[in-house]
Amino acid sequence: MIELDDIDHQLIKALVRDARQSASALGKRFGLSQPATWRRIRRLEDAGIVMGKRLRLDAEKLGFGVTVFLGIKLARKGGVSLEDFERAVSAIPEVQTVEHVLGLYDYRLRVVARDLPDFERVLRRRIMTLPGAGEVEANVLLSEERLGGPLGL
Amino acid sequence: MLDDLDRRLLRYWQAEPSLSPGELAERCGITAGKAARRIGRMEEEGIVQGVGAVVNWAALGYAVEVSLRVTLDKTLGTAFDDFLAQAREVPEVIEVQTFLGRVDVRLSVIARDMGHYQQIYRSRILTLPHIADIEALMQVARIKGEEALPL
Repeated sequence: MIELDDIDHQLIKALVRDARQSASALGKRFGLSQPATWRRIRRLEDAGIVMGKRLRLDAEKLGFGVTVFLGIKLARKGGVSLEDFERAVSAIPEVQTVEHVLGLYDYRLRVVARDLPDFERVLRRRIMTLPGAGEVEANVLLSEERLGGPLGL
Repeated sequence: MLDDLDRRLLRYWQAEPSLSPGELAERCGITAGKAARRIGRMEEEGIVQGVGAVVNWAALGYAVEVSLRVTLDKTLGTAFDDFLAQAREVPEVIEVQTFLGRVDVRLSVIARDMGHYQQIYRSRILTLPHIADIEALMQVARIKGEEALPL
């Protein structure tokens, strides 16, 4: 793991807010030259700390009114391969995230849909028919907050 | 309302968030000016909220991520508010979600290692108010994570 100083933390924070800022604009803010800023950003990327960028869209304004989290248990008896399940579930466009977890369920999915009937369609036609899918629990998302975490990002 | 061209722009942009307006225009076969105007409009309308860097907490030394599913004692009217207000104060809580379903609230907690997690769990999580039940799911791997919308 690489050593990070205060400027690195500030840089990460600034990039999380807006990754479109140029190295020179960021440098000006933190009193660094453009090449020095660029080197710092490069170093954060090389260390895998900054993993890439994400386009933030307002799902609701785009017509996706429902987000549901699913806990899925695999039906063990079938001798299903995890790779087959993961490949099939990742290919579903409405499935936004797939996490392999330990505990009550085997997988945790984040699913978006236009409305509840649309969600039901995705659930019945695409999720329930996945190879090896067993018990499924659904919780409809009401609110969501992302916090800065221990580094105040 | 969005038309097909807006959606096409967003699809390309979502798949490659680093693309400049000029590159997006090229992908969609339109002029750079037209792409910039479309993007500007979608930003004004709040459809596009921005482009942000994605941080990998594991690379920052937080190797453990646990999803805590909490059921609250709802006999008290302020249970949700009390719980949420205090959960926000725990630095290692990076996500707070509320649900309609079997689970009331879910917290994403990160920790440096299992020892650190145990310490947070005992001193900061179990002391949160109005918990009726709590279940933990430990993340083994993130298989798909880009949170794209099916545009």
